[in-house]
Amino acid sequence: MTSLATIATRVAEAAAPLDGRHPVTPLLERVRAGREFGPNVYSTLDVLWVLYDRVLRITPATVDDPERDRFLLSKGHAVAGYYAVLAAKGFVPPDWLDDQGGPESRLGDHPDRTLVPGVEIGSGSLGHGLGLAVGTALGLRAQGLLDPRVYVLVGDAELDEGSNHEAIAYAGAAGLANLTAIVVDNSSATHGWSGGVATRFTVNGWTAATVDGRDPDALHTALTGQHGHRPHVVVAVVDNQA
Amino acid sequence: MSERSVEEDLGMRESFIDTTTDLLAEDPRTALVLADISAASFAPAAARHPDRVLNVGIREQLMLGVAGGLALTGLRPIVHSYAPFLVERAYEQIKLDLDHQAASAVLVSVGASFDRAAAGRTHLSPADVALLDTLSGWTVHVPGHPAEVPGLLRATVAAETSAYLRLSALSNDHPYAGAGDLVVVRDAGPGAALLVAVGPVLDAALAAATGLPVTVAYTHRPRPFDVAGLRALAGTEVILVEPYLAGTSARLLSAALADRPHRLLTLGVGREELRRYGAAEDHLRWHGLDPAGLRQAVARFLTPATAAV
Repeated sequence: MTSLATIATRVAEAAAPLDGRHPVTPLLERVRAGREFGPNVYSTLDVLWVLYDRVLRITPATVDDPERDRFLLSKGHAVAGYYAVLAAKGFVPPDWLDDQGGPESRLGDHPDRTLVPGVEIGSGSLGHGLGLAVGTALGLRAQGLLDPRVYVLVGDAELDEGSNHEAIAYAGAAGLANLTAIVVDNSSATHGWSGGVATRFTVNGWTAATVDGRDPDALHTALTGQHGHRPHVVVAVVDNQA
Repeated sequence: MSERSVEEDLGMRESFIDTTTDLLAEDPRTALVLADISAASFAPAAARHPDRVLNVGIREQLMLGVAGGLALTGLRPIVHSYAPFLVERAYEQIKLDLDHQAASAVLVSVGASFDRAAAGRTHLSPADVALLDTLSGWTVHVPGHPAEVPGLLRATVAAETSAYLRLSALSNDHPYAGAGDLVVVRDAGPGAALLVAVGPVLDAALAAATGLPVTVAYTHRPRPFDVAGLRALAGTEVILVEPYLAGTSARLLSAALADRPHRLLTLGVGREELRRYGAAEDHLRWHGLDPAGLRQAVARFLTPATAAV
């Protein structure tokens, strides 16, 4: 494995394609290694990139800084793009991507926070990230750390898990203004969300923005548009066929 | 477990509430997460520390998720509810939101195996310690007396690892100090069988052993079990009496004594759902954990040596 000290140079070589492709495409291809990825990966890539490129106040040098923003990937099965973004931003060496899932790899099919620099939670079993995010937001607030924000990304199908609704209801009641949930809505929930995903949050006092999950500027505006004393949800709608 | 002590539930629970209230005032790292149970008792602490006394409502999965998140920010959460709701309902959150995140917390339950027997199966939790035993690195305390609770709670909160304190309505007549290493309460001399009583079953075990060649030792800390103390005290016959699922600690004792011939009898709460109400004392009797039941089981186990007893 490459030492973190060499990351910047390696990233410059590996990322930033000049042919108009997504900035992390070459890195994602290294993770993919010829395998087929589903909508769970591709639907999440744009929002992950906007978060790490334009929103989150965290760098490889500040992964332990109490004042850092936190990003929690709850839908851990979308991890391939996450690893690619982390590599693009210098949190992990790009050559870690080449052995993803191997016996000596730190990068599993779901992320482990103890193995991957910059990963805030281990996830995989659905319905855990939002509760952990609520606790993280409460912990920051209790310690007077009022500037960092907590971002947690879930899927629309993941919302089927009842634990999410415990967290949504309580976060609204508690007025967790330092919490932003991002729901990547690729219409994969088995029974759908009548009335739209956002209403499930707003009924509990959240503010909400529903945007095109492929539109970087719209995502950025929604992700940075939180205000007031309420938790915020950004529903990133993604057409799997697009 | 002495019958007089059913009312000691308030003693253990109140002891926990008082100590936790003090800890919240003493250490700004301490936080308390509740799911309505005991919330009224913590109202004064919540008024003083609204950001660190968090009642999430009847949401046990969230209770543990919040605890995990708090721990990830550097706080030391205490998490409290009835044992079945704390451990059984939220087991995956304990496994993933604490252990998998390398986060830790102190879990404190009330209700034990059948403290509220009249409430029925939903409020009984004989398997809580066995469930936590599927995880790694947990300290488990099963106090036998309300006076044991403050010291154990303070020690576990001061530590960095996860711990479970199992409070009960039942207790022994006397507390025993110490961190949980085996304490000899009755010494029957060389060659005697060793009976290890965990937590509030001690008094019943002592009564059961009267007149029998049995040394009785006590611990309120089944995890980590005092293996060195066991090896120092045990001969060839060992009896383990636990106030939760029978045999929960059998694997540890067997492993500890694997290099020497021995016989092991494990007594505790049975697996069968009895579908009976009544009081805790009734369930003690039905599970053979009252003095008469224990004596019968111990005497039968020792029959080759004590046939005349």
